[in-house]
Amino acid sequence: MAAMNRLNIENLQVLDLAAWSTGLQPGECVFLFGPSGSGKTRLLRAIADLDLHEGMIELDGESRRHMLAHEWRARVALLPAESCWWNEKVGEHFTNCDTDLLARLGFSEAVMDWEILRLSTGEKQRLALLRALSANPSVLLLDEPTANLDKIFTQVIEEIVGELRQQKNVSVIWVTHDDAQMKRIAKRGWHIRNCSLVETTV
Amino acid sequence: MNLIALSALDLGIASILVLLLALLSYKARLGVERQIVIAGVRTVLQLLLIGMILKVIFAAVHLGWITLLSMVMLLMAGREVMARQKYRLKGWWGFGLGTMAMFVSSFFITLIALFVIVRVDPWYTPQYSIPLLGMMLGNTMTGISLGLDRLNHTAWQQRSIIEARLMLGWTWSGAIADIRHDSIRTGMMPMINAMAAAGIVSLPGMMTGQILAGSPPMEAVKYQILIMFLITAGTGFGTFAAVWFGSRRLFDDRERLRLERLQVKG
Repeated sequence: MAAMNRLNIENLQVLDLAAWSTGLQPGECVFLFGPSGSGKTRLLRAIADLDLHEGMIELDGESRRHMLAHEWRARVALLPAESCWWNEKVGEHFTNCDTDLLARLGFSEAVMDWEILRLSTGEKQRLALLRALSANPSVLLLDEPTANLDKIFTQVIEEIVGELRQQKNVSVIWVTHDDAQMKRIAKRGWHIRNCSLVETTV
Repeated sequence: MNLIALSALDLGIASILVLLLALLSYKARLGVERQIVIAGVRTVLQLLLIGMILKVIFAAVHLGWITLLSMVMLLMAGREVMARQKYRLKGWWGFGLGTMAMFVSSFFITLIALFVIVRVDPWYTPQYSIPLLGMMLGNTMTGISLGLDRLNHTAWQQRSIIEARLMLGWTWSGAIADIRHDSIRTGMMPMINAMAAAGIVSLPGMMTGQILAGSPPMEAVKYQILIMFLITAGTGFGTFAAVWFGSRRLFDDRERLRLERLQVKG
């Protein structure tokens, strides 16, 4: 018997994209690539159940329909391309925080007292990843998580996600435009071309 | 002390003041002279109409007529709540939500006042029931429309914040909690302010009216306190209910934010 998939997607359908079915093994990472406006973000939002859509999704063999929506989103975490902050200070957005990860992402604990207004786009992006990880999700949906980062932090984030895959069997769908990055993070992925999803390997 | 009856001439003199204001608006190019005149004419016609209706209803005390008038008042108030929201729920919800909240809070509190506090016989005596209900509706209307307008408008502006919270696994209720609290406070604030300022900054309208009509000041004061408490409770509970159900309606059963359920006025 084949090992149970961590994430099973069956006939997921958003916008005018063709229905998409796939399975992700525990700890597997796949990339998602396509021109802007082709529907990558909408696919991730559909998996996180944030928009109306067709299709069925299972996590560890359990159907999404049988889980409360907010529990689903806590386990299948979507990290949007643009992070959003609503309180004045960074720390007010965190209930718990891994200080080790914080240091690797280039921050001291003092960052928790920083004002959101002072943060650069890149700092927000790194902190948003940390925030998304603090709920210990089983699946990560990453929408261009390194788009505003330099080489060093791009590498740090790839390493952190890699460790989560190995140590906690977190499965990842990673939206990226960078060919080199696709090769580093995944063995296979999907291209969106003319409204259909084409599976490719690297 | 006898009531000094006003003649048409007396009202005519007062109307000249309003016309002078309209003239000033015209000369100063404020552009509200038309609105002033139309609103003034509406005041006269609407109040004359309700005066005649009340005269009939007071003469023939009948529960049916009183119920009918109450329903008409409620529906007009419901329409007004809907019209005052820049972003409002589409379809029947836009009208029904505010109207239901007003119905429950205003009617319930008016009935408590009639049965438990004033204890008139019969309980629907129109001299008590109609003005009480009218004041309840007029004020809950303000609270509920302010609260719902704030809720829908803020949810629209802060959609990315609400969705960011949903992505982090928050419940729908948690994701909109601060906006909901803020909206309920907004709806209650006018009444809280009115209670705090009553008698110091302003003499409330109802009390002024009673005193002008010849009531002893202390009786007028007691009624005014009663009314203020009832209005505050009615506005508070009504706003609470409207904003709570309104915020629930912004999400579906999968806790997705569904802002397409709102429509923008104009």
